[in-house]
Amino acid sequence: MSILVDAATKVVVQGMTGSEGTFHTKQMVAAGTRVVAGVTPGKGGQVHEGIPVFDTVAEAKAKTGANTSVIFVPARFAADAVLEAIDAEMPLVVCITEGIPVLDMLKVKNALEASGKTRLIGPNCPGIITPGRAKIGIMPANIHTPGPVGVLSRSGTLTYEAVDQLTRRGIGQSTCIGIGGDPIIGSPFTSLLPLFEQDPQTEAVVMIGEIGGTAEEEAAAWIAANMTKPVVAFIAGATAPPGRRMGHAGAIISGGKGTAAEKKKVLREHGIHVVDSPADIGATVAKVLGRA
Amino acid sequence: MNVHEYQAKEVLARFGVPVPPGEVAETPEQAREIAEKLGGKVVVKAQVHAGGRGKAGGVKLADGPAEAEEKARQILGMTLVSPQTGPQGKLVRKVYVTKAVDIEHEYYLSVLVDRANACLTIMASAEGGVEIEKVAAESPEKIVRLAVSPVAGFSPYLGRRIGFSLGLSPDQVKQFTKLLSGIVRCFLETDASLVEINPMIRTPEGEVVALDAKISFDDNALFRHPDIAEMRDIHEEDPLEVEAGEAGLNYIRLDGTVGCMVNGAGLAMATMDIIDQHGARPANFLDVGGGASKESVTAAFRILLRDPDVKAILVNIFGGIVRCDRVAEGIIAAAKDVEIGVPLVVRLQGTNHEEARKMLEESGLPLIVAEELDEAARKVVEAAKGGAR
Repeated sequence: MSILVDAATKVVVQGMTGSEGTFHTKQMVAAGTRVVAGVTPGKGGQVHEGIPVFDTVAEAKAKTGANTSVIFVPARFAADAVLEAIDAEMPLVVCITEGIPVLDMLKVKNALEASGKTRLIGPNCPGIITPGRAKIGIMPANIHTPGPVGVLSRSGTLTYEAVDQLTRRGIGQSTCIGIGGDPIIGSPFTSLLPLFEQDPQTEAVVMIGEIGGTAEEEAAAWIAANMTKPVVAFIAGATAPPGRRMGHAGAIISGGKGTAAEKKKVLREHGIHVVDSPADIGATVAKVLGRA
Repeated sequence: MNVHEYQAKEVLARFGVPVPPGEVAETPEQAREIAEKLGGKVVVKAQVHAGGRGKAGGVKLADGPAEAEEKARQILGMTLVSPQTGPQGKLVRKVYVTKAVDIEHEYYLSVLVDRANACLTIMASAEGGVEIEKVAAESPEKIVRLAVSPVAGFSPYLGRRIGFSLGLSPDQVKQFTKLLSGIVRCFLETDASLVEINPMIRTPEGEVVALDAKISFDDNALFRHPDIAEMRDIHEEDPLEVEAGEAGLNYIRLDGTVGCMVNGAGLAMATMDIIDQHGARPANFLDVGGGASKESVTAAFRILLRDPDVKAILVNIFGGIVRCDRVAEGIIAAAKDVEIGVPLVVRLQGTNHEEARKMLEESGLPLIVAEELDEAARKVVEAAKGGAR
């Protein structure tokens, strides 16, 4: 088992014919993902990298039975691409694009709620991987290996670091999800933790948070009330100064809120295994799984 | 992106928000001319991207043109130090000369994005003119909050609900509703991320006016607002950060001694944290982005080395799609182009890291190679403490 994606997932790539889209489509296919369609308006009817291209998401879904969309569309057009996927009632949409205007995301968020048929992962995220079965995103597949640990993260390369620490200890992953580094994202920790709790393959969860917002605190409360599986957490940004945006648009300490110290305190109070050093993520997971 | 008060008010005025008349001056003589045009008493206000200007001596009342010139002479060229500028302060290059307005009461008003609820939030308080954080901490019941749907936009009831709760008279509520409508429309139509009016005032004549204004705009949306993008004042930014931005790097200068070059924002923050845990302070946040090419690495070294406090550098790259051997090539080429002169610790992990390590070791460059994150942090902190430039 795994969550959200597996070998049966049929993927449509929005923006497939662009350079990013082309490169990552090849990488996804190489990792075993069933990419069944691409969407580029005006290029419908063409075949790109051996995959049929359609003008609209609705048509791609109707003709191929795709149940997941991944978006590699430039930031100024990305919200429109997500809205199109929501309109086509695509069950799962993964938006990789970084730099989408916040007001565009507010509209997307409202459309998601109004539709109730689509789950959005991202934007500004590396995507989702179920090692050995499907990769829907841009993460390096080769550092992953199948196993019992679910990974949820607001970051990209820091997630790779954590996964690499696990894999090198012989601890594999059930599914790894980059939820995105923006202030407004489709699926916060609290909407994905229940899936890991229910997934029989997952025995423990790694949660990688960052300064800014209150997503980690909300996750802590949910975990304390509902989760039977151990959670290991790291919060990046203990040394970040207030008021400065640390790369990710979501990573900003404002009005004294959203500091790493405060988040770690709340997580610890709720029984979560918080590591202070990013180098200790793998070792701590090994310990909670009794493999140390 | 932040803009000056005079620019914020110019944008707000386009949406019908009442602001006192005024113009910006770069010389005392210009300030005099503006005061002559305005007539009567004026206020001369330092234009820097920071709050707390009044207490720092950057806002002065003048009786007429001659005094406006004199006050402008005092303020222009001063280094304004307030809690928001940091100890180094900010050089004042412009003053805003506005008509003085009598104040009967000061209010606080702002609109911002509520990320948790995916809407806008209006915050208002009858306790204006002071730090709203203090009011929020000490008496949160004095702040009114109302959600605005980004889809539905403004509706006049919002103005009525807030206006009456602030204790405004029915006529003032009408004025306030118009002002608030302008602010919300401005927010939505210019892709603002914050509009703050502190204070909004009521005059003895019962007029409601935005006396000060601050707007931050969403950098990611500036492509749709070229007129606002032009308002950027690079004098207000750290020159190294401006240079880094031009090179496509995300750099923020901090106060420590260990320069950091990392790919990815989360890993960059985590690297800063682990350096701190080993007993030194990071000199910066620097995300070279996904590519980490020779060009971006070279530019990153140049920027890091311009900070005289940097005593050692840690390069921490997690090679994913980008192979570590290619990154190593970039580092070796860059290290030949740029006189590094401080100890350099390199940690490359991920795809092809073994080849990369070998290449670095065989390059003959005086690098300290590290395999693990913890080891890399320990080595760079030791080097920063022992290393001389």
